[in-house]
Amino acid sequence: MAEDGRDESLATDDEPDHTAADGNNSLNNSLNNTMVEEGSTLLHTMEICVAEAERRNGKNTMNMQETFTVYLVETRPMDAVAEGRNPAPDSLWRRYSEFELLRNYLLVTHPYIVVPPLPEKRAEFVWHKLSADNMDPDFVERRRVGLENFLLRVASHPVLSNDKILHHFLTEEHGWKEVVYETGFQAKADSRLRALSATFRVRNPDKRFMEMKHYSDELQSHTSQLLRARARVADRLYGVYKVHGNYGRVFSEWSAIEREMGDGLQSAGHHMDAYAASIDDILEEEEHYADQLKEYLFYAEALRAVCRKHELTQFELEMASQDLISKKQQQEELATGIVRTFSFKGMTNKLFGQEAPEQREARLKLLEELIAEGEETVKEKTVECEEHVERAWVDMQRFKEQKDKDLREALINYAVMQISMCKKGIQMWSNAKECFLKM
Amino acid sequence: MSVGAPRVLASSGQKPITEILHPLSAAEDQLSGTVSVGGDKSTQEAGLTNGTPVETSSPASTSSLFNRLQLDDDLEADVRDPYAETTETRDLFVTVDDPKKHVSTMETYITYRVSTKTSRVEFDLPDYCLRRRYQDFDWLRIKLEDSQPTHLIPPLPEKFVMKGVVDRFSEEFVETRMKALDKFLKRVSDHPVLSFNPHLNTFLTAKDLNKRQGLALLTKVGESVKHAAGGYKLRARPAEFCAMGEYLDTFNQKLGTIDRIAQRILKEQSEYLTELREYGTVYSSWVGSEEELRRPLEGVSGSVTSCCGALEDLGEGMSQDFLPVLREYVLYVESMKNVLRKRDQSQAEYEGRLEAAIIRKQEDRTPMPVEVEKCQDKVECFNADLKADWERWQSNKRQDFKQLLTGMADKNVNHYEKCQAAWESLITLLQDKQTEDKTSESN
Repeated sequence: MAEDGRDESLATDDEPDHTAADGNNSLNNSLNNTMVEEGSTLLHTMEICVAEAERRNGKNTMNMQETFTVYLVETRPMDAVAEGRNPAPDSLWRRYSEFELLRNYLLVTHPYIVVPPLPEKRAEFVWHKLSADNMDPDFVERRRVGLENFLLRVASHPVLSNDKILHHFLTEEHGWKEVVYETGFQAKADSRLRALSATFRVRNPDKRFMEMKHYSDELQSHTSQLLRARARVADRLYGVYKVHGNYGRVFSEWSAIEREMGDGLQSAGHHMDAYAASIDDILEEEEHYADQLKEYLFYAEALRAVCRKHELTQFELEMASQDLISKKQQQEELATGIVRTFSFKGMTNKLFGQEAPEQREARLKLLEELIAEGEETVKEKTVECEEHVERAWVDMQRFKEQKDKDLREALINYAVMQISMCKKGIQMWSNAKECFLKM
Repeated sequence: MSVGAPRVLASSGQKPITEILHPLSAAEDQLSGTVSVGGDKSTQEAGLTNGTPVETSSPASTSSLFNRLQLDDDLEADVRDPYAETTETRDLFVTVDDPKKHVSTMETYITYRVSTKTSRVEFDLPDYCLRRRYQDFDWLRIKLEDSQPTHLIPPLPEKFVMKGVVDRFSEEFVETRMKALDKFLKRVSDHPVLSFNPHLNTFLTAKDLNKRQGLALLTKVGESVKHAAGGYKLRARPAEFCAMGEYLDTFNQKLGTIDRIAQRILKEQSEYLTELREYGTVYSSWVGSEEELRRPLEGVSGSVTSCCGALEDLGEGMSQDFLPVLREYVLYVESMKNVLRKRDQSQAEYEGRLEAAIIRKQEDRTPMPVEVEKCQDKVECFNADLKADWERWQSNKRQDFKQLLTGMADKNVNHYEKCQAAWESLITLLQDKQTEDKTSESN
């Protein structure tokens, strides 16, 4: 990964897969981002990592005993590190559900941002030997890495990194949840029904957003296809390697009845055993690649959420405009007496006679107020919609560049992994050959 | 040897085998050009460079020939064998190659070219080249078994193949069979006793074998040892022959296990290959929605495809070179067991006759009959021959398996090397692109 703009502030874990983007330097050149000072994300001031995971027992919301895992979030001020002082990091424990809460908050509060995803809640795309158990140490470890990756991505995002709730999450262990709930973000969340309805009924969504939405479907489809195919391949490869272990046993048995050939056979058998065992590490490493793909599988959903939000705001604007137009029409009808559109009032007037002038006055006045309100609403909605479009477009571009870079790197790393696997294979078979030659 | 798509075998047309001109007089493609044999050339005999057609014989058989050159130095000379001193100088070389299909009104069959080079006086000419079919090899083997009952005769490849299941004329089948026939002849011609058998001479030199198929199966009573029908029971088998029997049983078992493992690996690899192919297509189908990632995605897809090719080659190689040799050794073990049984029979007969003679002697003082002495001789002869053959067999087995297993290791190394190359070229490609992009970005 030869990226010159890489922040020195990236965390100190050794996992090879984390591709936390530095985001800022290369991208800000192309962005007209007036919201954030150039180069000032949280990650510049603070070093963050998810250092450990531990099992805890406790009571859940329904007062029942449960076992869960907590993760240690450590932070350190950047300047201290830069100056060479090595202060002890501040740390607090968080469980997965708290990360979820944080993310949900961010989703609602910043609906025009493609919010980084969390690692999967349950193990999916599992191949044969891989455990689907949430308590499995390998799963927990991979999740720890994923959570750290999430925090790094959020903390290096030009907009998200300034969020106060995020700061609290990183620094206030207790009482954080209450603070989040107090923001009332849950009330602001769009109902799914409304969002769905908007998708179907919106008339003029921004074309670019529709393309993005279509793209997010493609991204999701391909990454999940790839993950499934890879899991099947891993499964089969595992089988191939493991069967070779049988050679180890039979060579050993055979060597017992041989004089000169015995030693060579026996040692060759050991190498066959080693070969069969080598697949475990190889596939464990490949899981990192799978995790990278999974991140973008989930990112696709975040992207789609932004597009849906656009549909919703656009739809609401259309509704508000429509409402304003119909009210203005009503006003016109009332003022001129010409009925152009069907209305109940018109019907009853025809049937039961015109209303009294005082009533008409009252209604006109009401309509005027409603129209004024309606115009305000339309103005608001227009601003909301335009703002969303502008900000979301910026972030979607940022996302696209990040995605291209990350996936390209992931593919290259995959190739590197394959080369390493081939080298191991050559080594082992060459060792076996040496033994055979000594037979 | 890699085999391409099944080709139609060269056919000799309608001529029956006996009418095909003797190659020395015909314009057939002859033994020409120098030979590059793997290994130390300095120990090669002048005879070998005279043009054993290496381009058609497998490297395996040439190097195993070479191995046997070294091997004979180790063999203890059989004192009964008047030609023992000459084990260091080889004077008989045979090769089987060039399969051709013959179509006649009655049947269709394959013939193989059998080439002989020798300086032995038992042969009229120094070179021979003629064509034989499987039946002829079978005839030879039966003749050898009958005339040399105390010796281990190498096995032939399976005679019968189910017509519906195996294509007798496919290139792979013919190739495998030919290699086994070549091995058979080489083993026979390397044997200090069997190679002087007149039937071998006939096989290598006569235009027409004149086999009388039905009669060939009948054996002269005097020459052969009767089988179980003799009815003699063995008292005590000498320990060394017991040990041989036990060894063979265990060895056979291990061979069977290895065969099953190899087949299982082939099956698993084949299933892996299926998934791998699918996996490659997923990458290339993703290209459609990604512009920037086109190169790496297509690249990965391409590398995966290359790996599929390498895997196919590995499977083919194991199928064609490894499994047949393994199975042939099972047959070899069977032959050896047969010889052990015959030896037991011979000993049993001797013991039976001896006992009868002793009883008679006690009764009416008749001297030991000549037959009993002859039996004793026979048993001693048998034991000695068998021991010598056993040692030779063990030696050959060691060489053969060393070769077989290193071959397997080589194939696997080769497979990984191909895969590694495919992935490395992708990295180079992508890194070049990366530097290209960087320089254009900074401009």
